[in-house]
Amino acid sequence: MEEKFLEIRGLRKSFGSHEVLKGVDLSMKQGEILSIIGSSGSGKTTLLRCLNFLEFADAGSILLDGELLYDGEHMNVKKMSDEQFREKRLHFGLVFQSFNLFPQYTVLDNLMLAPKLLKRGTDAEIREHAEQLLERVGLADKKNAYPCELSGGQQQRVAIARALALDPQVLFFDEPTSALDPELTVEVLRVIKELKDFGRTMVIVTHEMEFAKNVSDRVIYMRDGVVEVDGTPEEVFEKSDNEHLRQFLNVGLSI
Amino acid sequence: MDFWSIILDLSKGFGVTLKLFALTLVIAIPLGLVFAFLSMSKFKPLSYLMKAIIWVVRGTPLLLQCIIVTFIPSVLFSIPNKDVANFLNLDRIADLQFLFVLIAFSLNYACYFAVIFEGGIKSIPKGQQEAGQVLGLTKGQIFRRIVLMQVIRRIVAPMSNEIITLVKDTALARALGIMEVIMIAYEKVNKYVILTPLLYAGVFYLLFSGLLTILFHLLEKKISYYQVT
Ligand SMILES: Nc1ncnc2c1ncn2[C@@H]1O[C@H](COP(=O)(O)OP(=O)(O)O)[C@@H](O)[C@H]1O
Ligand SMILES: [Mg+2]
Repeated sequence: MEEKFLEIRGLRKSFGSHEVLKGVDLSMKQGEILSIIGSSGSGKTTLLRCLNFLEFADAGSILLDGELLYDGEHMNVKKMSDEQFREKRLHFGLVFQSFNLFPQYTVLDNLMLAPKLLKRGTDAEIREHAEQLLERVGLADKKNAYPCELSGGQQQRVAIARALALDPQVLFFDEPTSALDPELTVEVLRVIKELKDFGRTMVIVTHEMEFAKNVSDRVIYMRDGVVEVDGTPEEVFEKSDNEHLRQFLNVGLSI
Repeated sequence: MDFWSIILDLSKGFGVTLKLFALTLVIAIPLGLVFAFLSMSKFKPLSYLMKAIIWVVRGTPLLLQCIIVTFIPSVLFSIPNKDVANFLNLDRIADLQFLFVLIAFSLNYACYFAVIFEGGIKSIPKGQQEAGQVLGLTKGQIFRRIVLMQVIRRIVAPMSNEIITLVKDTALARALGIMEVIMIAYEKVNKYVILTPLLYAGVFYLLFSGLLTILFHLLEKKISYYQVT
């Protein structure tokens, strides 16, 4: 048995009568990089949102490092306070497709806001950490710029640094490059790839098949609210004979 | 009656105008924020009630509301205004009248502000709040540190319109016996049979709303240092 760091069991989520997640099972080891692929509407974003408690799954459980964070059947979600979920959210980080930087703050202040409010250290320590992170994403010279002055690729790198500033145990990315031009996609993917060397556990929803193939330790293919294929990049991209996956990959290649 | 003594009397009246203006703002801005949150409440009956109140207040004349507030103690509760004044320790009935007018103005403007605030808050992309949530911030922190500044930026223009309208609306108080600037000018016109006091009163308004326009313009410039995407 491999040790399980993040474990998701039977996650279900409906919006009204529309069941979007139909029982998602998934587990990953610490330091692993998992890519999630699948056509649009298959529930990838909803899965990430449930894992970050922006949505609440109707059923199923989420465990991190042996700790039960969420149990749709046994926790009375409606009765739980925002504060309880706020603490649970701190285990995870999420990078959005649309960056969602705070426009009124400089790059540095975007990074420092949450650590300061959460009292993660002295101002000097927080600033130093933030500057290191900006260095790491190659934007040390932009620390005093406002988000509107940056390119999309630069904004997304700031968003990644902002998420890292809280040192999450698992960092999720929801199509981090879908809103970017191809030439800007590269710089963002490079930053994500470099995070791998720091041993960060990451889950990346992506349409960049080459990236998923080369960078991830595991790939899952989601279809219609379930994990349909789960394996190493080789197993998923080369060896799988799942018809839906083959079709999905072929369509992807032809555009 | 020389020029300066007319101006002096008029400025006293304009002092009353300014007092009504400033107190209305001080009450109506926070109250408007409360109204906006009530109107956005997830508890539907509360939200509908607030929306209905806002609809009625915005759909009827401020003057009518001033008159109704004035009659509430005596007609609804059979308490003469004299007793209300005594109870509130107000020496003059004029102070009570001012209080009634202030209540009506504050409620009225709170409703207008609430609509602006609600629109402003709703115009901030949901992603801003969610970014704060995944960074582990509390609801209060998200509102104060992330949303509020962006809301302020979006509402400066409509708020400055309303506030300048309020300057001119204060003239309505005259109908309830408040000795504001037009009332005083009108008395002078009657007494000395000259028209100039009313013109001077107009100049007071012009200068004040001009000053506000400049201030709002500066404020807008100051907070427009970043672009909204
Ligand atoms: N808040 C919501 N309300 C209703 N339907 C939703 C909501 N969020 C997502 N959906 C629906 O769930 C389905 C899956 O969406 P999503 O998780 O965004 O898929 P993906 O990210 O794989 O494209 C879609 O059909 C979408 O319309
Ligand atoms: Mg999506």
